[in-house]
Amino acid sequence: MTVYFTKDHEWVRVEGDTGTIGISEYAQGQLGDVVFVELPEIGRTVAPGDELAVVESVKAASEVYAPVSGEVVEANEALNDDPSLVNSGAEGEGWFARVRLSDTAELEALMDEAAYKDYVASLA
Amino acid sequence: MRYLPHMDADRQSMLADIGVEHIDELFRDVPAAALLKEPITSLPNHATELEVERMLSRMAGRNTPASAVPFFIGCGAYKHHVPASVDHLIQRGEFLTSYTPYQPEIAQGTLQYLFEFQTQVARLTGMEVANASMYDGSTATTEAIFMARRITRRKKALISAGVHPHYVDVAKALAKVSGDELVIGTPELAKGKPGGDYEALLGQIDKTTSCVVVQNPNLFGYVADLTELAEACHANGALLVVVVTEVVSLGLMKSPGEMGADIVVGEGQSIGNGLNYGGPYLGLFACREKFVRQMPGRLCGETVDADGRRGYVLTLSTREQHIRREKATSNICTNSGLCALAFTIHLSLLGEAGLRQLAQFNHARAVQAAERLAKVPGVEVLNDAFFNEFTIRLSKPSRDVVRELGNRDILAGVALSRLYPTETALHDGVVLAVTEIVTESDIEALAKGLEEVLSC
Amino acid sequence: MLNRQGRPTGTGEGASAEGFTTFTGHKGLDLNEPLIFEIGRGDRTGVDVPDAPKVASRLGGLEREAPIGLPGLSEPEAVRHYTRLSRKNYAIDMGLFPLGSCTMKHNPRLNEKMARLAGFSDIHPLQPQDTVQGALELIDTVAHWLMELTGMPAVAMSPKAGAHGELCGLLAIRAALEARGDAREVVLVPESAHGTNPATAAFCGYRVEEIPATENGRVDFEALKKRLGPDVAAIMLTNPNTCGLFEPDIIKIAEAVHAVGAFFYCDGANFNAIVGKVRPGDLGVDAMHINLHKTFSTPHGGGGPGSGPVVFSEALAPFAPLPYVKKTEERFELVEHLEEGDQSFGRMVAFHGQMGMFVRAASYMLSHGADGLRQAAEDAVLNANYIMAKLQDVMTPAFEGPCMHEALFDDRFLKDTGVTTLDFAKAMIDEGYHPMTMYFPLVVHGAMLIEPTETESRASLDEFIGALRSLAEAAKNGEKERFTAAPHFAPVKRLDETRAARQPVLSYKNTAEPGSVTTPVAAE
Repeated sequence: MTVYFTKDHEWVRVEGDTGTIGISEYAQGQLGDVVFVELPEIGRTVAPGDELAVVESVKAASEVYAPVSGEVVEANEALNDDPSLVNSGAEGEGWFARVRLSDTAELEALMDEAAYKDYVASLA
Repeated sequence: MRYLPHMDADRQSMLADIGVEHIDELFRDVPAAALLKEPITSLPNHATELEVERMLSRMAGRNTPASAVPFFIGCGAYKHHVPASVDHLIQRGEFLTSYTPYQPEIAQGTLQYLFEFQTQVARLTGMEVANASMYDGSTATTEAIFMARRITRRKKALISAGVHPHYVDVAKALAKVSGDELVIGTPELAKGKPGGDYEALLGQIDKTTSCVVVQNPNLFGYVADLTELAEACHANGALLVVVVTEVVSLGLMKSPGEMGADIVVGEGQSIGNGLNYGGPYLGLFACREKFVRQMPGRLCGETVDADGRRGYVLTLSTREQHIRREKATSNICTNSGLCALAFTIHLSLLGEAGLRQLAQFNHARAVQAAERLAKVPGVEVLNDAFFNEFTIRLSKPSRDVVRELGNRDILAGVALSRLYPTETALHDGVVLAVTEIVTESDIEALAKGLEEVLSC
Repeated sequence: MLNRQGRPTGTGEGASAEGFTTFTGHKGLDLNEPLIFEIGRGDRTGVDVPDAPKVASRLGGLEREAPIGLPGLSEPEAVRHYTRLSRKNYAIDMGLFPLGSCTMKHNPRLNEKMARLAGFSDIHPLQPQDTVQGALELIDTVAHWLMELTGMPAVAMSPKAGAHGELCGLLAIRAALEARGDAREVVLVPESAHGTNPATAAFCGYRVEEIPATENGRVDFEALKKRLGPDVAAIMLTNPNTCGLFEPDIIKIAEAVHAVGAFFYCDGANFNAIVGKVRPGDLGVDAMHINLHKTFSTPHGGGGPGSGPVVFSEALAPFAPLPYVKKTEERFELVEHLEEGDQSFGRMVAFHGQMGMFVRAASYMLSHGADGLRQAAEDAVLNANYIMAKLQDVMTPAFEGPCMHEALFDDRFLKDTGVTTLDFAKAMIDEGYHPMTMYFPLVVHGAMLIEPTETESRASLDEFIGALRSLAEAAKNGEKERFTAAPHFAPVKRLDETRAARQPVLSYKNTAEPGSVTTPVAAE
């Protein structure tokens, strides 16, 4: 099980051919209190960079982009009832969607945890 | 100049404090060729308050106010009596000269009345939520069609023949760029139910329909039960949008929500607001709670302050243009705050009992008028069911008759040729509104006038 | 005669308001007020309606059976309820309202009186035209003034607000492009634009591309020129721009835009700074909306109604919306329908626009006249520059001056104080001011946009300047609590916007009979 990150602060955790996608701890801190998440429809196919979800805080709305290609197989319905999960567990319970990966080679273009940590440090 | 506090000496010393000699040094970025050297000469210079009053009063004096004559004009704007306290209260400077409540700590007055307004509108329409108002009924209707498209992800809207033709025109102008496909019914002056094309609509609804838009009472005053239409919409995954241009009717009639509507929009001018020659008016917008995130316009919500006390804020603003920019649900920014205030004050004064009584009086007076006009040779009352507005067919072209009655100081309704210049089949029709301002002698004057004009 | 009451007239023993709560929850003049749903009753009414004549119902069996749930108030209760609510609002009538980009100037009361003349307020939009000649003349008068003041040959009066005017302008541009068989895809909008600009362009089916600003807050002309091409339908530019600066390259921009066959839409939100000094028609503008509620003093009314007429160049005039007023030799005519060969894009509103606002604007225009409007623009610019000059040593201007009608500061002066722009703004409430516009325009970090308008006296400006200086110094002196917990003296403390958005409560949920809850919701 490995986690990869994008420069737009999404992460994808790969288990078999399924990737679970969310936003990073750093990103949730930048957004502030999350009040709403617009989740993707099951069955939709996405490519890297496609809008997967929208996450809203009180004063901002941000797109969450798909880090990898694939078909959406599950959305985190728990966020409908409690969007604050994105704040309390950005890299855990606050995941957005699960995607059946169509091209695992794409993962090579993403950052691993250490590289992402360096990247975030470089932003400060 | 009475609105400018500075004297010339103030201006000079302020310029000195800024460090310039002449005001035009502050306009230094303006290309020299474009900077005017003196006031525009084609316009007059300043005038005293008395002079301005005289000029404007002269223009006002050339118009015939509704209250001065027997008055039967409706079709989307209605003359009702508005209590004196309404206009007095909306002129309090703290309401009149405040801004959009973006700083909730010092705008609780506006926010609380918006919350009360939203609740009143939701209850009146039988919906769960209402927004803080739109520009007018026509723009609210168009926004509802777009909202239905966003919810259903379908583009075809069926518009009943009974929807106000100006509302349809607004939707048409915007659909050209939004990509919505509008299927618009052609009105007929059918005996019993003018403009009531619900059976035809039932046959048109299918799985590609985003919404069906009906007006109730419709432009011709006809009222109908929409339950069957709502069921047909829902069976096909479409939404029912109900337009109400005479909100007083909701005091007496089943609400659109009770009949299955998903979105209710309307013109709220009738309550609290004057005719104002067409504006400012008050767009109402209400819907089922599950659709709220697709709703356009400002919304006020309840919350608590740092001490845990109840308070109100504008909320769900990520739908709006100032945050979503090109991804906003609508480009709407301004609402009709002060008109909403007039509405909510008038409705609070009426209360449930008063609104019901007012609506009952309107209906009864309209029935009296219909019964009296039916006795005039050359007049046929078309509606079997109506609230306070109905359509008559005349034995002569309606435009001429209305004009002639106008010359006799009777404002006798709207000739349909004015609204439908190319639909000649409608040109013998007149739509009459009868509200509480109409007296029995007004009805008699209209009946007598019609008798004379139609018989000569 | 000797006063035998012996009642103390001094200031008392200095009893503090803190440490106890009042029975009512009121604090002197700061009065709590419950919702109408908590004080009203369904069976009470403040309006006497005569009994309805007895007739047989013709409602077609649609009588409402279920109660609506509307509370009623008697007139004294209603007057008190709304008066109490009003006192929780800040307003221009109470003090300087420095909300940048919104032009919160004094609203003359003559305007209100004129708008209420029965000949304007009590006429129906569908009355026969012979009975409303004065109303049509009024519309024509305002149209004439707008065309003369902008140097533009046509105007559409019907748009209901600024954003609605933008829509009108872009629809006309789109119609003009389509008429010449030249569909284009892109609308260019500067980074600093009002949010309505990209929202409007996107709504009209255009792809929005941002054009960058230079370091001194102006449109980057070179970048713009490079981007212009045959796919560009229009540029939407605010001038003076949202940084409060006049675009010095504006004529060059217009020429470059026209050279590629595109149109120049000007957002006229800031027209107040240049009315009577500069005519947009002389700058090469093709369409511009004018917020009557900004430049021409019609009241903002707590968020509307506005009014946003749009002036057009010759090229766009044929595509303007219906209806419009035509002046013939003997009368005014209202044209409501397309005639053969008309190119108008159609209708935007049910009737003829914001007549009530037209009357107010006419009253203001006639009062000021050409000379007064010019003086108003000059005073607006003077006041903003005065504020800039008097605050530049303690706050940090975003750009080098001079500015136009609004002074833009960034948050550099708050660096390391722990005080944010928001905190600073909320502390202004304690000083008795409405905060300035903040975090807008987006191109400036922690932006504070101050627009005093021309209707502030020097004394009023000096007091405001004093207050801001004192706040800036307090922030630097580490008096953080004064800011982070501000406002301390408003009717409510900072409100929980997160909670409002996470669990939206958008209407009063108590479904019990109106009036069944009668206890005021006091401080808990």
